[in-house]
Amino acid sequence: MSQRNRLDHGGRVDRSRPLRFTFNGVAYQGYAGDTLASALLANGIDVVNRSFKYSRPRGIVAAGAEEPNAIFQLGASEAAQVPNVRATQQALYDGLVATSTNGWPNVERDLMGVVGELGGRFMPPGFYYKTFMAPAAMWPKYEKVIRKAAGLGRSPKERDPDIYDHVNRHCDVLVVGAGPAGLAAALAAGRSGARVILCDEQEEMGGSLLDSREQIDGRPAPEWGAAVLAELAAMPEVLTLSRTTANGCHDHNFVTLHERRTEHLADTAPTFGGRRQVRARLHRVRAARVVLATGTHERPLVYAHNDVPGNMVAGAISTYIRRYAVAPGRRLVLSTTNDHAYRAALDWHGAGREVVAIVDARDNPNGDLVSEARALGIRVITGAAVIETRGKKRVTAALVAPIDPVGFRVRGPVEEISCDTVASSGGYSPVVHLAAHTGARPEWRDDILGFVPGKVRGMIPAGGVNGRMALAEALADGVEAGTRALSEAGFKPGGVMLPQVPRVREGRAVALYQVPHVKPAMRAPKQFVDQQNDVTAAGIELATREGFESIEHVKRYTGMGFGTDQGKLGNINAMAIAARCLKQTIPDTGTTVFRPNYTPITFGAIAGRHCREFFDPRRYTALHAWHVEHGAKFEEVGQWMRPWYYPRGNETMDEAVQRECRAVREGVGILDASTLGKIEIQGKDAREFLGRLYTNPWAKLTVGKCRYGLMCKDDGMVMDDGVTACLGENHFHMTTTTGGAAAVLDWLELWHQTEWPELEVYFNSVTDHWAAMAINGPNARKLLAELTDIDLANERFGFMDWCAGTVAGVPARVFRISFTGELSYEINVQANHAMHVWEALFEKGGKYGLTPYGTETMHVLRAEKGFIIVGQDTDGSVTPEDLGMQWCVGYKKPFSWIGRRALSRPDTKRGDRKQLVGLKPRDPRLVLQEGAQIVLERQIRIPMPMVGHVTSSYFSPTLGHGFALALVKGGSQRIGQTVYLPMPDGKVHEAEVVSPVFYDSKGDRQNV
Amino acid sequence: MSDLAIFDVNPAARIKSESPLSMSRATVSTLRLPQGAGVVIRERAFLGHLVLRGRVSDSAFVAGVEETLGLSLPLKAGGLSIGGKDEASIQWVSPDEWLIIVASGREFETETRLRACLAGHFAVMNVSGGQTVLELAGPAVREVLMKCTPYDVHPRNFPVGKGVSAVFAKSNAIIRRVADERWELVVRRSFADYLYRWVLDASEEFGVYVAE
Amino acid sequence: MLHIYCPHCEEYREEEEFRPKGEAHIARPKAPEETDDAAWGDYLFFRKNPRGVHHEQWLHAAGCRKFFNVTRHTVSYEILETYKVGQQPTARTTDKGGAK
Repeated sequence: MSQRNRLDHGGRVDRSRPLRFTFNGVAYQGYAGDTLASALLANGIDVVNRSFKYSRPRGIVAAGAEEPNAIFQLGASEAAQVPNVRATQQALYDGLVATSTNGWPNVERDLMGVVGELGGRFMPPGFYYKTFMAPAAMWPKYEKVIRKAAGLGRSPKERDPDIYDHVNRHCDVLVVGAGPAGLAAALAAGRSGARVILCDEQEEMGGSLLDSREQIDGRPAPEWGAAVLAELAAMPEVLTLSRTTANGCHDHNFVTLHERRTEHLADTAPTFGGRRQVRARLHRVRAARVVLATGTHERPLVYAHNDVPGNMVAGAISTYIRRYAVAPGRRLVLSTTNDHAYRAALDWHGAGREVVAIVDARDNPNGDLVSEARALGIRVITGAAVIETRGKKRVTAALVAPIDPVGFRVRGPVEEISCDTVASSGGYSPVVHLAAHTGARPEWRDDILGFVPGKVRGMIPAGGVNGRMALAEALADGVEAGTRALSEAGFKPGGVMLPQVPRVREGRAVALYQVPHVKPAMRAPKQFVDQQNDVTAAGIELATREGFESIEHVKRYTGMGFGTDQGKLGNINAMAIAARCLKQTIPDTGTTVFRPNYTPITFGAIAGRHCREFFDPRRYTALHAWHVEHGAKFEEVGQWMRPWYYPRGNETMDEAVQRECRAVREGVGILDASTLGKIEIQGKDAREFLGRLYTNPWAKLTVGKCRYGLMCKDDGMVMDDGVTACLGENHFHMTTTTGGAAAVLDWLELWHQTEWPELEVYFNSVTDHWAAMAINGPNARKLLAELTDIDLANERFGFMDWCAGTVAGVPARVFRISFTGELSYEINVQANHAMHVWEALFEKGGKYGLTPYGTETMHVLRAEKGFIIVGQDTDGSVTPEDLGMQWCVGYKKPFSWIGRRALSRPDTKRGDRKQLVGLKPRDPRLVLQEGAQIVLERQIRIPMPMVGHVTSSYFSPTLGHGFALALVKGGSQRIGQTVYLPMPDGKVHEAEVVSPVFYDSKGDRQNV
Repeated sequence: MSDLAIFDVNPAARIKSESPLSMSRATVSTLRLPQGAGVVIRERAFLGHLVLRGRVSDSAFVAGVEETLGLSLPLKAGGLSIGGKDEASIQWVSPDEWLIIVASGREFETETRLRACLAGHFAVMNVSGGQTVLELAGPAVREVLMKCTPYDVHPRNFPVGKGVSAVFAKSNAIIRRVADERWELVVRRSFADYLYRWVLDASEEFGVYVAE
Repeated sequence: MLHIYCPHCEEYREEEEFRPKGEAHIARPKAPEETDDAAWGDYLFFRKNPRGVHHEQWLHAAGCRKFFNVTRHTVSYEILETYKVGQQPTARTTDKGGAK
């Protein structure tokens, strides 16, 4: 198909590079330099989508980020699907495949359009809420149909082949927007040698310069822009980023920039020299100063049927003609409130198309552009506006009438003017979004009829966004902002000559938002305010009548400015309409809060490299390769990957765990215990410090001995536990739980740094330095004896002693501590040498049945002994006394250790606190569910008091039955009682409350 | 009865030792030759790492450290002294903490000499098994680092001879700039595989070569 | 994303390097056993939650591992000062009352 709207000359497209693309399955052609939108317009595509709620045919309205209708699904393959792409921001590439997201079965013949037409009168705001509320059970059915009809784009069903990343950047000045003000600011800042980042969301930098008719320093504005960009590119400390949207502004000038690096090339990133390229990148910028040069969005006027394809904002007409060489129609009517919009008519005329009329809402427009239009013989109708357009899939005529903007009424006869395009301009709204992201409320300015950014520390608005819209003013404001940013960032400004621009005399604009119709707004044909969300002026009026007075409530009730639109075109018009209905001023009505992201950003860019294998760090011990090689199944414990169990052959997990348990109880097993937190403590006050942090006494622990300790928070609740060894008088080796290691070190530092800095003690994590291997079982001594020079005789190396020596030739500290209740040695060696020692143990271990075991077996064995796991059997509400661990509480220690005082609070003294007990299910084969609630009666009634829950539960091959640990109210007094555990399936389990120590309660086995 | 239990944790005989990265292998395609690589990665394995704690107000402590190592003790944040005996380095970590890195196998001797020279309140702790050094060299290293750490690695903020501990990917690292285009990361053993793979992945677009 | 000046590292660092640790200047009573339940409860559980200037304790977790204090405005998030443990703030706490 020919590009029937393409102009023969002009524009910034490359006619020698045609590109093929398909839209809704039909093949078209555009040129390099086109956006998808300009290519569609060049091909004369009027209807690009169906509207969200009413399914009305919609065309392209704008040329930039503010486009409400041309939002498409992109991607030639399933994996490359991207929803929510604005055609106005998507560069055309060869092979591009786009489809409309709304419209079912298609945009031209849309079934929902029938609903839209019928529904016209009875689809007010809240329509779906009101209509589909009842019965609730039917909602899923309604929703399916409504969603399909509404169409919101879809995510790909296949894995994204592309890679994304984040880059952290720091700069002195970040300039957002590379239009005239931004370029001037960047130049002023860059020439001083400061670190400057200049970003712009468009393919090509230059902003409004690219379609400007004006001259700067005696040459066409685009040429001036190109020269500035060339100068910036040559500055080593200036980074220019096109296709890069500043999508969020956060505290202390932290701005995220979303750079689309390859989306203009293909739907998946190409590879260069075999290296995958990053598709999209999020720059996390910390800027000393931000110059906000985001310009303005032109406000369309709100008139009846202003959504029929062929209705556009005036500035877009100029952009399409001057930048893309596309005249999107034949016969234009322009409806305006200001001089600047006359450019659209002049450009249209310059493109050789017919300007049927300019309809100006002012009675006496008299600026230079007005004179120019009149001189060309264009009919200018004053004191009037387009009040309605005719046509279904394309404008066929405009209804023009004299109006009274202040009295909000039509004041004369309506004239029907035949045309195919209506451009409108109600003025220019500064793009304040980024400034509003940190909470600053925009401020209304009557002189420019718009909101300018509220004050944000470190942010300097410049140019259009600052209300300085004329080219000369924007440039001057840019230079000033760049210079100010620079000096505030601590640099000496270099000289920048103010660019010279011939003045264009502009008349004052008139305030007009919603155009009065001959019928009252509620009965007039639909006047759209927010085309993306299908919000009409009548809808807003209805919302105010129904009692919604806050603009935030009006927004939520109508949906205006929702989602990816973020109120770019419609926001100010909506406020103006709400203000009129509520009989108050626009500043009194205020704005809604704009939130990140300014335009949609892909999940890929948000995730960056933090996905798949890099989603979270995986920590490995020095022995990990062995575990992998020996078929271990792994369990994630915090970030650690720990062997869970080592299945042999076709063993199930239960079978493997039972085998591993028996091996430890009957022979010898080995556990990689390297993940336990280890903290080295040195200093003459180390012992005193331990006494203050642990619940139990440390004053008399002699060198060579180990002791189990409990740590509480000052509220008396257990936070960690572990064994600490006295290495020397002033030297201790503390172990913590695997998950608690970092927190415990912080905890020690907290007390040392903030409460007791006078104590001479230093702590350091040695978790990773030492690899720890725990050999457990009756054969442990025999095995170790083959490899060590340490005397293992019980009399010289008893339970809770430690010794230094060598194991398999490697210097080691061996701790005789036990988490299984068996004879046990925990061998600690420098981690680099761990694999050698581990393998040596297996070389000698075969004859003793040395069996590697994982965390699951460890859990079973420790639970049989009633050993708690902090965080599993405790939950931050459990005291040492609740655990029955009074033996581990130093009631007589002189210093009031952390947690001591809290143990005498009335609440911690209550007799009915939940206490740790054992549970023995009546059914010996039963393994209770961890987390199951415990009640005292078999008969279930609702509600009934719940007295506790199961914290740990396993099957014990040693005991031959299932068993559990539980926290039960007043549990220590309930030994021997029966409790009940009602399950979701209606079954009620029965269990006897017993001591939490199920095995070897005297501890004979570990003392042999 | 001694105050401290210090011993050499390295074996007398030569055994098979494994550095923190011995298990990790490059899973992304790296270049076969260093030519054209934007980043060349190398593990400096088995170095001696000692954590030194002490008070800068104690002039005998400062003098003792400097005499033992033949290096000035950095007293300002970010300070890094390299050179002297043993190709040693000493780096500021915190107002009362430094990281000493010495040649492979020299950590116990260094610790012993430090202890002989120092008195009062100080600590020396051997962490050699718990961390490793990853060297990154090449023209693209700074860009790669920007993908890894929020710390500002621009030459104005990060001249040669500076080192900081900072967030690195979703873990931490000590980042040191030892030459114009040569940087070192000191990483913990258990995170080494994650960080190594991360750096390889982040370097891919620039061309990355893993050196022995 | 706050930008926080670490008084020990003597430079600004990104928020992700720090951990917030609650209200600053909560001193543990010197003689806990002589402290009555109400006062002990205050120490354990009760914290200011001002709408305005607040003193907070932070930890430079990824950097020097030192605790320090931050005076921060809880509405604007402006940081007025940071100072070491043991030092006193120069900015006073303000509270504009409950959120509107």
